[in-house]
Amino acid sequence: MSPVRTPKQAAAVAAVVQRGSTSLTLRRLRRDPASMIAAVFILLLVLFALCAPLIAAWTGHGPNEQFRDTGLSPSGTPVAPGGQFLLGTDQLGRDVFVRLAYGAQVSLMVGVLASLAAATIGVVVGVVAGYLGGVVDTILSRVMDLVMSVPFLLCAIALVSVFGPSLPLSVAVIVFFSWTALGRVIRGQVLALREREFVEAARSLGASHVSIMIRDLLPNLAVPILIYSTLMIPSAIVFEATLSFLGLGVVPPTASWGGMLAEAGNNSVYLVAWWLVIFPGLTLLGATLSFNILGDGLRDALDPRSQMGRGR
Amino acid sequence: MKLSRYLLSRIGFGLVVLFALSLFVFLLFYLAPGDPARAIAGDKANNELLEQVRQNLGLNRPIGEQYLSFIGNLLQGNLGFSFRNQLPVTGIILDRLPVTLSLVVGGVVLWLAIGVPIGIASARRPGTVRDRAGQTFALLGISFPTFVLGMMSLYLLYFLPTRAGFPIFPPSGYVPLTEDPLQWAWHLILPWTTLALVTAAIYARLTRGQMLEVLGEDYIRTARAKGLTERRVIYKHAFRSAMPPLVTQLGNDVGFLLGGAIVIEQVYGLPGIGNLAVTSVQAQDRPTIIGVVLVGGIFIVAVNLIVDLCYVLLDSRIRTAS
Repeated sequence: MSPVRTPKQAAAVAAVVQRGSTSLTLRRLRRDPASMIAAVFILLLVLFALCAPLIAAWTGHGPNEQFRDTGLSPSGTPVAPGGQFLLGTDQLGRDVFVRLAYGAQVSLMVGVLASLAAATIGVVVGVVAGYLGGVVDTILSRVMDLVMSVPFLLCAIALVSVFGPSLPLSVAVIVFFSWTALGRVIRGQVLALREREFVEAARSLGASHVSIMIRDLLPNLAVPILIYSTLMIPSAIVFEATLSFLGLGVVPPTASWGGMLAEAGNNSVYLVAWWLVIFPGLTLLGATLSFNILGDGLRDALDPRSQMGRGR
Repeated sequence: MKLSRYLLSRIGFGLVVLFALSLFVFLLFYLAPGDPARAIAGDKANNELLEQVRQNLGLNRPIGEQYLSFIGNLLQGNLGFSFRNQLPVTGIILDRLPVTLSLVVGGVVLWLAIGVPIGIASARRPGTVRDRAGQTFALLGISFPTFVLGMMSLYLLYFLPTRAGFPIFPPSGYVPLTEDPLQWAWHLILPWTTLALVTAAIYARLTRGQMLEVLGEDYIRTARAKGLTERRVIYKHAFRSAMPPLVTQLGNDVGFLLGGAIVIEQVYGLPGIGNLAVTSVQAQDRPTIIGVVLVGGIFIVAVNLIVDLCYVLLDSRIRTAS
């Protein structure tokens, strides 16, 4: 390599732009069509949820309003999609499209809130256990093992039977049984990180344990936190939908995807009205699929080495 | 020496789990609003009768004493009596067990038969079309909510053919194996398949990841260099080392499902333990709920202990350490 550059080479060098890791990650993510489609779907879903009141106003159908005259056939069965009801009506003559939008609010809110809360707990417990080690680590690790070996759906059932079904209780149950996976991952990462020189350097500079955990360890954990939190969202959404499906989550008549599917399943109404299963079912599937694809895409984009391991 | 210590610590942990679970349900229902005596005696009961019921159940005694007698009964396999029909809860759960057991055993066989080969095939030729297809299957399976898949397959495979005049599958329900093995299997095919498809995805991913890791090891190269057939390398050498995490996952899944494959049982109208749990909540039948939760915990602990034993057999490091 000679240090002398032809004008052409010099131009090429000048054209090289320095990019931060964030912009590199975004570039990699943008080149993955599956991730982009997933991201667009999620954006549309968020828009759909935010516009729920607008949709209700535009159609003139409230989410819990029953249209016994127009929304039910003379024999009392749900009306098929088309015309006045874009996605048909349910067994009570309510507008499926409007309820789907309001259900999106519940699903997304629970999915994101529960994941954020669970991620926070997981990170705190994981960092503390991994960094402090010793007795604290043993206790916290055992607690994680304990939470993981409890029949969570049965415990949720027991809790609901005592306190009655409600949205806050659902979120609490989801958070309580979701934080452990991230907790374990973070603990493992911290076990490796705490032996590194920069931690030793911080310690010799007189940094306190809390400062090391927050200022030195936490930034190094951004990648697993981001990936695992994203992948936690679809699980939380399915968890909520499952609870609502079993009548243990959102209380009717409030619309939720799981609740809509449960009502469709009651008396097998959906056998004569396929739209009661297809629309909430596919929306739910689309949501979980998108978050899973995006999570996988983020992992590949943030950690290009993992692609080699994955054989791409 | 080390081996027995390892097993003892696993058993000890299992007991801690069960203790925590018993404390959780006991406190939950002890502190719960509502009067269990009234739940048993009914709304029209007078105070005298209520007092009588409380006396019988020992509800007037101090909390510690109540917990000890609760544990004492538990150890004798006595889970109390259902509020709904006054039958012993242990018996009710045992009646439901064959349904859940049938569902889970068939499901396990099927999901392993689907998931593991897909994972191995993916790992052998990473990046190929076959691998992509396997990965897509896994992604779909992981994302599909169980009840959505269940309802869709009921619609497509039961309702549509039946309406068209070609009934293939029965709608729902359960036929005991001892009564009619063919009908038993026939009624369970859709539940088995649904359970297997959503679960196989996890195994396909896990198998692929493990196999990719193992196939990169030196001893695999050695095995190939020795001239072993690819079949032998994959199944005898690589898959064996890839197995432990699969066994752990299997233990977890089976343990959880034996406590009630709640969603599948609900969708397909199977009267298993999960269905019992859901109907008991609707009926506010506390003894049965407590019983189901505890039995669910016992299954998880028991299956995990079996997994720990399998580990000893699978992993020569643990074995030689003894």
